[in-house]
Amino acid sequence: MNAGAQIAIRPLGDSALIVQLNSESLDDIDEVLRVARLLERAAIVGVTEITTAFTTVAVFYDPTRVVVGGNEGLFDCLEAQVRSALAQLSTGEPVRSASDQEVIEIPVCYDHGYALDLTDVAAHASLAPAEVIALHCSAEYRVATVGFTPGFPYLSGLPSQLATPRRASPRAAVPAGSVAIGGRQAGIYAVSSPGGWHVIGRTSMQLFDVTRNPAALLRAGDRVRFRCITAAEFHAAAADSLPERAQATANK
Amino acid sequence: MSIHVLSPGFLTTVQDNGRGGYRNAGVASGGALDSYALKIANWLVGNDASAAGVEVTLGGVRLRFADARVITWCGGKFDVRVGGTPMSPGRPVLTRAGDELTIQRPEIGCRAWLAISGGVDVPSVLGSRSTDLRAKFGGVEGRALQPNDVLQLGPNPQRSRELIVALEPAREASWFAPPEWAAPATRAPVLRVMRGGEWLRFDPASREALLRETFTVTPHADRMGVRLEGPALHHRGDELPSEPVAAGTIQVPPSGEPILLLPDCQTIGGYPKLAHVITVDLPLAAQLRPGDRVRFELVRLAEAHRLLLRRERQLAMFRLALKMRSK
Repeated sequence: MNAGAQIAIRPLGDSALIVQLNSESLDDIDEVLRVARLLERAAIVGVTEITTAFTTVAVFYDPTRVVVGGNEGLFDCLEAQVRSALAQLSTGEPVRSASDQEVIEIPVCYDHGYALDLTDVAAHASLAPAEVIALHCSAEYRVATVGFTPGFPYLSGLPSQLATPRRASPRAAVPAGSVAIGGRQAGIYAVSSPGGWHVIGRTSMQLFDVTRNPAALLRAGDRVRFRCITAAEFHAAAADSLPERAQATANK
Repeated sequence: MSIHVLSPGFLTTVQDNGRGGYRNAGVASGGALDSYALKIANWLVGNDASAAGVEVTLGGVRLRFADARVITWCGGKFDVRVGGTPMSPGRPVLTRAGDELTIQRPEIGCRAWLAISGGVDVPSVLGSRSTDLRAKFGGVEGRALQPNDVLQLGPNPQRSRELIVALEPAREASWFAPPEWAAPATRAPVLRVMRGGEWLRFDPASREALLRETFTVTPHADRMGVRLEGPALHHRGDELPSEPVAAGTIQVPPSGEPILLLPDCQTIGGYPKLAHVITVDLPLAAQLRPGDRVRFELVRLAEAHRLLLRRERQLAMFRLALKMRSK
């Protein structure tokens, strides 16, 4: 199969381009990550940053450093190098697959004080709040992309019964750590920000912390589960919140 | 030594040339909204291009210097004075201990960048000293300057020390940056754009309207973006999954009012992208303030690249000229 035919490349302004995967599904994270990894490995001169979002990969570049040859234009030269790097895409070499990663567990307190919209979500789904919590904790999620604010993960894998349209009027400030549902996706507010998703609980984990490396707890492709904790556990955890990944990184 | 903030003005932040490499964590590139202006100002005072400076929004600023520094500023049409003496944009000036700098509300434009020899010495966070106001980190505690803040400065670099000697006793340099870089704001800006990824999803009348009509900057204007008011722009098709966006992207939400994104913008966005302001015209975008009227002119990608490479060559020449002057 010709990999080049499966992807479209188009400019994103004069200093970035978008590689669009011919993907029907928002959940096809592995393919997007494979493209990003191949491009990183190719180390194309002039490329400054590679980033993913759902079904696309963006390649940011410094036009003054892109190697231009012959009579081709700058963008054509860059596109040729990107396509060449992606020629291996069809060989099926695994880059990172979901199955060999550990699942990151996010403890969530679903008590009233934190679950600002739990009753709304329950009413919309015609379920009891306890059933919503059980369903939310039963699923395994994957981080489709990180964005909106620093560290905010968009999670695929939300049980379909829990899908809830966004709030008619967004909140001016959603507290950091709020675990939320927006349409068919789940997410976690990593920093306090305005937001229109339904908040059903709060985690004591810090999703984004600039004093930590990496600053964002989650990245695209990560597998995530939620675990219900009591208010007492929440407060104890919040009091000494050194997140697991920071420890894991420190131990490496 | 340091700078004492007597009056922080409307919105004044510490910024450098931006925070690259963290988009996958959802972190904006940020930095000075006119990266050319800060870079040129830094070179003029003897700093590296990466030194942190002060970004001033709409003026109202009063600062006091604790020691001798070479300073300059670039940006909109502001009244900037040191010890009561006006400072032209892009012309280095020597300040002494106790000197006060004032920046009044601008006649034209919105922002100015002040470079100080030695640079503002705040901690580097994720590889940059820039203030990220939304996520509240970088700069001074992740926030805008407040009265009585004290900005620590780095030591004067070798080149700046030479400039300090050279600028006695006149205090004002005889050389300066080209006005089109040091003072780019105009009353009726025309921003050059190239087609966005969803250009063809917009109906022909809307595409024509973007290039023919005048748009007004609304009060919804900050470091993340500028919402514009004008003829409603319509597109067909479904909602898109969010895609990466960048400074310069013009996206159009369902209201039909375009939003021009600036360097603190979100890393991804789901609204159709009608066009992109080209890099060499981002300095004009950084000067838009509520009430300003702006027009757009279409260029091709190859032209955007040609202009960018030409700008880069001009900057290299300018840098070389500054270096030779110090010999």
